[in-house]
Amino acid sequence: MSATADRSARRAALAALGQAGRDGRPWRSLDELDADTAARAVETAFPALADRAGATLDRRTLLKLMGASLAMAGLTACGEAEQIVPYVRQPENVVPGRPRFFATTLPSDGYGIGALVESHEGRPTKVEGNPDHPASRGATDAVMQAAVLALFDPERSRTPLHQGRPAGYAAFLAAVADLRRQRAAGTRRGLALIVEPTTSPTAKAQIAGLRQALPGLRVFVHDPLGTSAPGAALEAASGRALVPVPRLERASTLLSLDDDVLGEGPGRLAHARAFAAGRRVRRPGDAMNRLYAVESTPTITGAAADHRKAVPPDGVAAVARGLLALVDGGAAPDGLPVAPDWLAVLADDLRQAGDRALAMAGPHQTPAVHAAALALNARLGATGRTVAYIAPPDALEADGELADFCAAAEAGAFDAAFVLDTNPVHTAPADLDVPAALAAVDLVVHSGLHVDETARHADWHVPAAHPLESWSDLRAYDGTASPVQPLIRPLFDGRTQHEILAALAGDFESGPRALVRATWADRDEPAWQAALKAGVLPDTAAAAVAPPAARLPDVGGRPAPAAGGGLTLRFRADPFLRDGRNANSAWLQELPQPLTKLVWGNAALLSPATAARLGVDNGQMIAIAEGGRRIEAPVWTTPGQPDETVTLTLGHGRSHAGAVAALAAGYDAFRLRRTAAPWMARGAEVTPLGQTGRLITTQHHQAMEDRDVVRHATLAAFRDDPEVMHAGEPPPPDESLYPEWEYPHQAWGMAIDQTACIGCMACVAACQSENTIATVGPQESARGHEMHWLRIDRYYAGEPDDPLTLFQPVPCMHCEKAPCEPVCPVNATVHTHDGLNAQVYNRCIGTRYCSQNCPYKVRRFNFLDYQPFDPGEAGPQQAMRNPDVSVRSRGVMEKCTYCVQRISAARIDAKIDEREIADGAVVTACQQACPTQAITFGDLNDPQAAVVAEKDSPLDYALLAHLNTRPRTTYLGRLRNPNPRLAETGEGDGGHG
Amino acid sequence: MAETARPDGEREPARPPVMVGRHDLPEISERIGAIVLRGALPRGFWLAFFGLFVLVLVFLYSITYLVSVGVGAYGINIPVAWGTMISSFVWWIGIGHAGTLISAVLLLLRQPWRASINRFAEAMTLFAVAMAGLYPILHLGRPWYFYWLLPLPNTHMHWPQWRSPLVWDFAAIATYGVVSLLFWYMGLLPDLAVLRDRARSRGRQLLYGILALGWRGSAFHWARFESSYYMLAALAAPLVVSVHSIVSIDFAYAMVPGYHSTIFPPYFVAGALYSGFAMVVTIAIPLRRAFSVEDLITVRHMDNAAKIMIAAGMIVTYGYVSEAFFAWYSGESYERRMMWSRVVGPYAWMFWAMIVCNAVVLQALWWRRVRRSMPALFVIALAINVGMWLERYVIVVSGPSRGYLPAAWNDQSLTWLDFGIFFGSLGTFLALVFLFVRVLPAITIFEVGELAHERRQAQEGTR
Repeated sequence: MSATADRSARRAALAALGQAGRDGRPWRSLDELDADTAARAVETAFPALADRAGATLDRRTLLKLMGASLAMAGLTACGEAEQIVPYVRQPENVVPGRPRFFATTLPSDGYGIGALVESHEGRPTKVEGNPDHPASRGATDAVMQAAVLALFDPERSRTPLHQGRPAGYAAFLAAVADLRRQRAAGTRRGLALIVEPTTSPTAKAQIAGLRQALPGLRVFVHDPLGTSAPGAALEAASGRALVPVPRLERASTLLSLDDDVLGEGPGRLAHARAFAAGRRVRRPGDAMNRLYAVESTPTITGAAADHRKAVPPDGVAAVARGLLALVDGGAAPDGLPVAPDWLAVLADDLRQAGDRALAMAGPHQTPAVHAAALALNARLGATGRTVAYIAPPDALEADGELADFCAAAEAGAFDAAFVLDTNPVHTAPADLDVPAALAAVDLVVHSGLHVDETARHADWHVPAAHPLESWSDLRAYDGTASPVQPLIRPLFDGRTQHEILAALAGDFESGPRALVRATWADRDEPAWQAALKAGVLPDTAAAAVAPPAARLPDVGGRPAPAAGGGLTLRFRADPFLRDGRNANSAWLQELPQPLTKLVWGNAALLSPATAARLGVDNGQMIAIAEGGRRIEAPVWTTPGQPDETVTLTLGHGRSHAGAVAALAAGYDAFRLRRTAAPWMARGAEVTPLGQTGRLITTQHHQAMEDRDVVRHATLAAFRDDPEVMHAGEPPPPDESLYPEWEYPHQAWGMAIDQTACIGCMACVAACQSENTIATVGPQESARGHEMHWLRIDRYYAGEPDDPLTLFQPVPCMHCEKAPCEPVCPVNATVHTHDGLNAQVYNRCIGTRYCSQNCPYKVRRFNFLDYQPFDPGEAGPQQAMRNPDVSVRSRGVMEKCTYCVQRISAARIDAKIDEREIADGAVVTACQQACPTQAITFGDLNDPQAAVVAEKDSPLDYALLAHLNTRPRTTYLGRLRNPNPRLAETGEGDGGHG
Repeated sequence: MAETARPDGEREPARPPVMVGRHDLPEISERIGAIVLRGALPRGFWLAFFGLFVLVLVFLYSITYLVSVGVGAYGINIPVAWGTMISSFVWWIGIGHAGTLISAVLLLLRQPWRASINRFAEAMTLFAVAMAGLYPILHLGRPWYFYWLLPLPNTHMHWPQWRSPLVWDFAAIATYGVVSLLFWYMGLLPDLAVLRDRARSRGRQLLYGILALGWRGSAFHWARFESSYYMLAALAAPLVVSVHSIVSIDFAYAMVPGYHSTIFPPYFVAGALYSGFAMVVTIAIPLRRAFSVEDLITVRHMDNAAKIMIAAGMIVTYGYVSEAFFAWYSGESYERRMMWSRVVGPYAWMFWAMIVCNAVVLQALWWRRVRRSMPALFVIALAINVGMWLERYVIVVSGPSRGYLPAAWNDQSLTWLDFGIFFGSLGTFLALVFLFVRVLPAITIFEVGELAHERRQAQEGTR
């Protein structure tokens, strides 16, 4: 920009400043106003460009994009289409209205989880798990489900920005070329590359190649989520970087040492499935594994455990060492945070299990815990049987971490830095001044899906391609590689990391597909095509290595209290938002947290006793100060939280995440995190502030009030009396005024295994995605207007410091004698020929009588216009909606349909083929997502159906059966397998709550 | 007839007369007709009417807002999907009941004291039913489709579902509204003729003339009138019981704890009469004062109304006791928990305010002095009006908020729209009463005249 233009822009900015002052619009800096001016200037000069830089997508652009995706679908997703042309001849295998599925891999903290993505005429609409992929095995989690929402997020970055102004990608490439020329001339200082841990073989090969090609390049790994923490911890514990690959299906006695194995980590879906498979008890003779959990904050793993002890984060190491001593036949040191008797019984149980035992250390625990787990597995003979050790799939030869970058950059070591797909300005520990470090670098390049906090400190911002738009490859937790292939051409001209790395290496031509294909050049074309089809590259799993002996540091007994007292902090990534990268996803913001059931914000978790000591109650604000920094957070008292420990969740409170994230209330726990203590910190001061913050929960009562809601019993009680779930139950009345329904064809039904359910919320997210369920925002959520058709109720039983946590997924029960049906004055809720309780949206006038009369309260009402279906208002998210599901307007009731669109599809297929609908042909969205296969669905008229077998179990019971609603959704009572030698303290007398 | 047995009210001070002083028909016609026919109105009337008009605007604004934004704008949610639209509806329907009771049932029972209060009680009924009828429509998620409740032949094969009490409800309210209107209009005919004859301007003569349907007051007319009026009364009388019974079945039919109760029909009918009479008293006391008709609407009327309030109120109180007793005696944990949360839970202040207003304050009416003290009676009637609204709200809300699954428990919090619509409808109702008093005779001229005539004859006969 010339000097004159610069001056006039500044004048315009000052004028705008005056204007902003007058109309009260908040502004942060002159730059921001300047950017507005620039945007206006662009609007005048290049309307087409301004159109793309705008906040919303107009219909014309959307149609263009959809046209592009259609063309792409015709070219089997090769991503090379140059022109948009309508179909002249219909492409083979594309039947309009019939979805196609493509195998791909979605990233999860740098690792890959296989997915099958449903595509309707080139629009990805739904993510399912890939049964052939070892990390998915057909299951998904909530974050994977939300990938389609993130893809169509209208606030994604849409164009490269240079100094905050729109610029072309060609200009960016020119800048990279310039940089390379200058480097070749040898006139430059260092070049920094900041990436997150990645398992992508292509990225790792590219980075390794760059290190060769560019001698001044230094690679820094920024790891806000601790992806590489287990490898580093084991390296410290044994001298060799390894990660454990537990095989839960082989273990009979499992021990979690602060390891949320079911809820976190790249293998969580596979582990949850294996864990549940070891607990699949239907008859009294069936075997069941036993899980002990020692944990420093309540997790869903602890909730699923048969025995759980809450200990402070810094007490886990002592417990692990004490246990190791007991297993070795010695004595445990005094003063452990758990009772010695309890530990002795646990040690006996592990010894008895021998090579069928498994000890797992939390990824964020200290090397001492990892060393103890390694030693335990070795002593018990479990190594190589229930757990294998492999080289970390995310190992990357690097020059340091973010802290090293900051130190070097501030010393003036770099003239250029590439920050790829990471947001260190938000996710850096608070003791690093990343903006200052970036300011000390002449040229900062950032790539990301959003113009985020880091993009605002970069000279160049390049929009990243979403994983569903990308070619790449990723490894699973066991090292298996799988391809990432695009479902749609990049909506906003985003670029993969590979393209930027290639440009840096001087390759400005190769497309991402060629770059990825080059990594797998050893595979011939048929093998590559087969891998793309299957979603897995065969024979790529890492080989197990024998681990060295553990080096056991002395950890003593009870940890010494911190100098000056204070509370212990425990940091956790938000289960859905992670480090905040998913903060702009309305689905994930509105998805209730598994245990707290909080939405649209986070809280500081305190134990009831600590909250009482501090005199604070749910929602009251506290100030937490540690290491000279201070944040304010609302309190949530959580049963099972260790005393004097505060759990803080990362990922909330972002400043520039987008309009959806701006609706949420939350604190930013990164502001309290130090490089040296990323996961726990001691000596925090907590002071009540006397104010109340905004906390929104979807469940207001936590106890079952002595009702038969979640029936539970111990395995021993079930073996004594198979009818234990029905003990004391009055026979349900079965008279009815109305005649019985007849089902000549199918009679659909569902069984939900509450022993298997771990409360992970994947089913709820899957239901939301499949059925285009609206999100309502924080204000409406606070008023009880949330729309989820399926909810997971979480009840506590027993003592607040040692609770029994029970999960109950509650979809529509599709009652045989449905209370909603006779009360509707306009016949909007009716019984179908195949047993469903159908809601006819067009007929509904919104009396809400059906919801009043529903004892399960599963009906959801469109209180306001939650979901604009008008193309002008709907934005790009319109393209994501499932075309097989009816839209619902304001003022009508909706609810779980048993995924009637999937039933219809299966029925149509069966009719065309002139056969019966096979068992397993209809899979509901919740069932498909469930990692533990807790949900079974099928035809009750088919005696061979899996659902009939489930319902035949003596564990099966109907919720609120005495009301004579005769639900088609029934539950298998929750079984626990506590050690008979451990005195049961109130939690399991065999009776049900 | 009771009055003829004890002919002269003045001789029995313990029981005030239904009419004070000697009146004849022309004088009564003149006095009552003048209220309507006089030209200028006192400033107070206009000031009060302006205040009510503001409330009418609030009502219209609130309805517009509700229909354009959606029912989520007022305080409902899941699990408590019914709120003030239902409780106010029941309250208004209840208020409507006194009119029919006074007009039809007391007519059939030949209680002549009803004569001077039945007209405005009937009008009150009509306006209350009009208000009540709006609420279920505003309650709907898609109010513009309310007519789908009607069995109208249509092309989209839509037919009401007869198992739903809401359809019965719709029919019951519609019947009640039509019969009330007919009954009221029938009773107005002779008086409209009086107004026609007394009106001086051509416009009014025409208006009242058309409305009077050619009434000339011949013996033939009177004979026909009497028989049809009694026949309509006989039709209307069962409605007093049926309408509120069916309204109560909306609740009793549902399996919600706190709704599912066989005592609801009688309990609701008694509650309706209770609140209805309270509203009659609330309106009659200022009315008789403002228009100086204390000799026509006498302390005796108020006394009798208060006695009916005691009777109805004690049945309502019995209802409260029986609800609580059966919640305990049933042994149903769901009922017990719901009742317990009603007593100590988030709506406890409403529950206890309702008990004080409806069951405790009422007891003052056992004293004759309280019954005959207009300020005391007015305050008690107001308290009962408030208490009865609270009762309906507590019933509507507390059951679903503490339903079968504790995880689904939640409370409801009201928004400005709940208040906007309720107070707007109250203002609209009172504005309609004001207009009625201005346009039509608020006291039945012919019946009061008849009463005066009978009294005079009786007195002459005994002397």
